Amino acid sequence: MKREAHMKNPIWSLPAKLAALLIVMAPATSEAARAWLLPSQTIVARSGGWVTVDAAMADDLFSFNQGAMQIDALSVSGPDGQPVAPQNPAKGKTRSSFDLELRQAGTYRIAVAENTVMARWEEDGKPKRWRGTPAEMATGIPANAAKLEVEQMQRRVETFVTVGTPTEVKPGTGTGIELKPVQHPNDLYARETAKFRFLLDGKPATDLEVEIIAGGTRYRDAPEEMTFKTNKDGEIAVTWPAAGMYWLELSVQDEKAVVPGVKKRRASYSGTFEVLTQ
Amino acid sequence: MIRTARIALTLLAFGGAATAADLSLSVEIPQLPVAEYHRPYVAIWIEGADQNIAANLAVWYQVRGDHTKWLPDLRQWWRRGGRDLKVPVDGLTGATRPVGQHLLKFEAAQAPLTGLKPGQYTMVVEAVREVGGREAVRIPFEWPIKAAKRESASGSKELGAVALTLNP
Repeated sequence: MKREAHMKNPIWSLPAKLAALLIVMAPATSEAARAWLLPSQTIVARSGGWVTVDAAMADDLFSFNQGAMQIDALSVSGPDGQPVAPQNPAKGKTRSSFDLELRQAGTYRIAVAENTVMARWEEDGKPKRWRGTPAEMATGIPANAAKLEVEQMQRRVETFVTVGTPTEVKPGTGTGIELKPVQHPNDLYARETAKFRFLLDGKPATDLEVEIIAGGTRYRDAPEEMTFKTNKDGEIAVTWPAAGMYWLELSVQDEKAVVPGVKKRRASYSGTFEVLTQ
Repeated sequence: MIRTARIALTLLAFGGAATAADLSLSVEIPQLPVAEYHRPYVAIWIEGADQNIAANLAVWYQVRGDHTKWLPDLRQWWRRGGRDLKVPVDGLTGATRPVGQHLLKFEAAQAPLTGLKPGQYTMVVEAVREVGGREAVRIPFEWPIKAAKRESASGSKELGAVALTLNP
């Protein structure tokens, strides 16, 4: 990331300028900063209430100090599986946000799922980059691009909110990495063990490293991340050390792209989960 | 046949009256030296060995103005079954109580205790206060009541003395 930015802008050699550039670029690249959704609350007593969700790209969990997350690909599904329209969507400098009116009892899945293609090539000896949807590839990438490298990116960022009794969360698309909860994501408690199952293209996502980090990283000297490896069923078992808001991420790089003309694929999943006190 | 049933019922009613097994609970809401005081939300229930709610005994919350929004702050009660309940419930939910001792009494042969199967249970009293803290006090006991017994426990902040009295 740093080297590419430098190559792209050879006259920008001052560290301060480079840092500024990196911050500006952060929201545009998925690997630049951690992506997360932060709901104002995850447990709501009864239907008819509201929650506000912030969407940001920032390594500090959960501080809005890097860049806003694009929410064009936001989709919210209600307890009945039907889409729920976000209200008051806003894009700020450090975070995007939207409100959700929770008219039904049950669990809501809030997801920003993107399916994009990243391309790099050389033009007159200079590196070029492009990112867009698979449908835009033909117009975005020159047909005769030299040293072309393309990669499909399937990114899913999620969180969950429940009104009253939690209801079943079903994986929806069968593409990329998805969560198929064993323990309900709105029923997590300190010092208890919760199982999570992940799917890759609808099948158990086996042998993948999962990282979980508690919020409040700015107030700790060490990140204190917990790492797990998914088993043959795509599962991990997490014993929550304390109550709080947690961020989870896993990703895979393989050659299972499903876009014509693309071989490499990177799929990632990140989720925000609230763990409650005993 | 009908007559036999009637006699049996009469005997049952008579028997019940003669040896009225009961369970009573005294719960103290302590006076707290705080600048901003709100009466706590309190949930009192009997927890089964599976940790689920075997019987809800009382839920006190701010009824006026519909403040059910804050019921999930009674975290244990909420997760163990409070969230499945549609409040208000006659004979269960009521307004918050002031500082002092509150006495609750339940007949063994009457709701909500009639559904209790023999086994180990825990009496749980959970309190949570606006701009304050949360605390749960637990007293284990056995059902049905075999001998007169008085068990007590105490909260350290949000709850005072809690005493469970069992009469066979």
